[in-house]
Amino acid sequence: MKHNSIAIVGAAETTELGRIPDMSQIMLHADAALNAMKDAGLGPKDIDGVSTAGETPTSIAHYLGITPKWVDGTAVGGCSFMIHVRHAAAAIESGMAKTILITHGESGRSGVGRSRAPVAASSLPGQFEQPYGPMGPPTLFTIPVLRYMKTYGLTHEQLAMVAVVQREWAAKNPRATFRDPVTVDDVLNSRMIAYPFRLLQCCLVTDGGGALILTSADRAKDFPQKPVYLLGTGESVETPMVSQMEDFTSSRAFRIAGPTAFAEAGIKHADVDHLMIYDAFAHLPIYGLEDLGFCNKGEAAGFIWERNTAPGGKLPLNTNGGGLSYMHSGMYGMYALQESVRQMRGTAPAQVPGAKISVCHGVGGMFAASGTVIMTNERV
Amino acid sequence: MPEGKRSLPQPTPETRHFWEGTQSGELRLQRCNACQKAYFPPRPFCPACGQREVSVFKASGKGRLFSYVIHHRPVAGFDPPYAIAVVELDEGPRMMTNIVDCPQTPEALVLDMPLEVAFAKQTDEITLPLFRPSKSQSAKG
Repeated sequence: MKHNSIAIVGAAETTELGRIPDMSQIMLHADAALNAMKDAGLGPKDIDGVSTAGETPTSIAHYLGITPKWVDGTAVGGCSFMIHVRHAAAAIESGMAKTILITHGESGRSGVGRSRAPVAASSLPGQFEQPYGPMGPPTLFTIPVLRYMKTYGLTHEQLAMVAVVQREWAAKNPRATFRDPVTVDDVLNSRMIAYPFRLLQCCLVTDGGGALILTSADRAKDFPQKPVYLLGTGESVETPMVSQMEDFTSSRAFRIAGPTAFAEAGIKHADVDHLMIYDAFAHLPIYGLEDLGFCNKGEAAGFIWERNTAPGGKLPLNTNGGGLSYMHSGMYGMYALQESVRQMRGTAPAQVPGAKISVCHGVGGMFAASGTVIMTNERV
Repeated sequence: MPEGKRSLPQPTPETRHFWEGTQSGELRLQRCNACQKAYFPPRPFCPACGQREVSVFKASGKGRLFSYVIHHRPVAGFDPPYAIAVVELDEGPRMMTNIVDCPQTPEALVLDMPLEVAFAKQTDEITLPLFRPSKSQSAKG
């Protein structure tokens, strides 16, 4: 991708977040899409490309009245939307489409119109993981952490601090689900879910959606919002079974997606003003900070403990409150992207003053996939 | 214990040897004839080098506790709290399992403790490879 050749010109979440029992999953996609089209001053006839996960591009295009000539249904979990941004940029750059809509919607809490297939007993996860009693992400995503703790000396208190700091950011955000301050003791006294993870170290389960509209940077000046340009993107996948990760202390998918995006952007870590790392569980910012190269191995927990990622710190991280406190519908990546766009537009509730470069890093499945998007508000 | 039974695997042509092995008291892995790498989960080619010439062999059934969580919520067929664990076999591959004959506590479940396979018959077709603390001290580590 050429630097700054693609811009995000529309971005919005669903009108409500949290508990939305009066909307089905596909309507959450549509509510966010309509809000994003309004944000960009566009209608369905102006969109010629559709990307989505959770629903099919066919369902979304038909529901919204869009006639696409390019579609992407990459569905690798919560970072699918980061990967959609990367694929959309390539499509626009190569002339396959001009204006691409990316949608997400999920009735994670209310379960209205939700499509979620059970794990097939004949699949590899069905044969070699499901028989041992996992119950979704809280019991699978968390499995590598004791190995990380033994290898690098990560403490329970440090793991709790991730949730404490993110609640500080959430307190600044009127749309965040949980805004009351918590302490390390509060986290360590919350209900045990899957040792070593307690309730406050696990993400929320809420309803919501979000949508983005991308076009070429040359057209971006004709749109009402301040354009946000793409600097670099990356993607990768590793394994559908967390038990088969190559390294329990590091994600191979992170180590490919992140550096690919940094190389494409041509930036150094010191250039980054704002960072989003998908935090379905408290260990993810730790793995992300290290695998993206912001911290040396084993040092991210100390970096967070010393408040470098907290309000007032040198590397503002998960400034919306994250999946731990803002919202988490199941595939959180879209909300991380929305916060990066807000920070680059200068409209975030906890705005980082003068932020020019935002890195938005996502995970899919249980360390199964990854996508990274680097944005800027300056056209170089 | 919650109602119902644990989810059981449905073998496929590529994994049948593994599940036939556990039925007959063998933990079967595969090894590439070309590069000699042992691998898991089963498939009729080597994921390291792509060669189709591979062999099934009986693994030692020994390994070490690599990582785990202790789940505290109800799941059909399990009595919480129970550990969902990953064992690293002496031959190299890792697999998910449960740890039996051991308290399901952080104090008792010590990373790198030696484990040995304990076959647990579920049905006439399916026997699961669970693991227990090693009775011999011969496991590495």
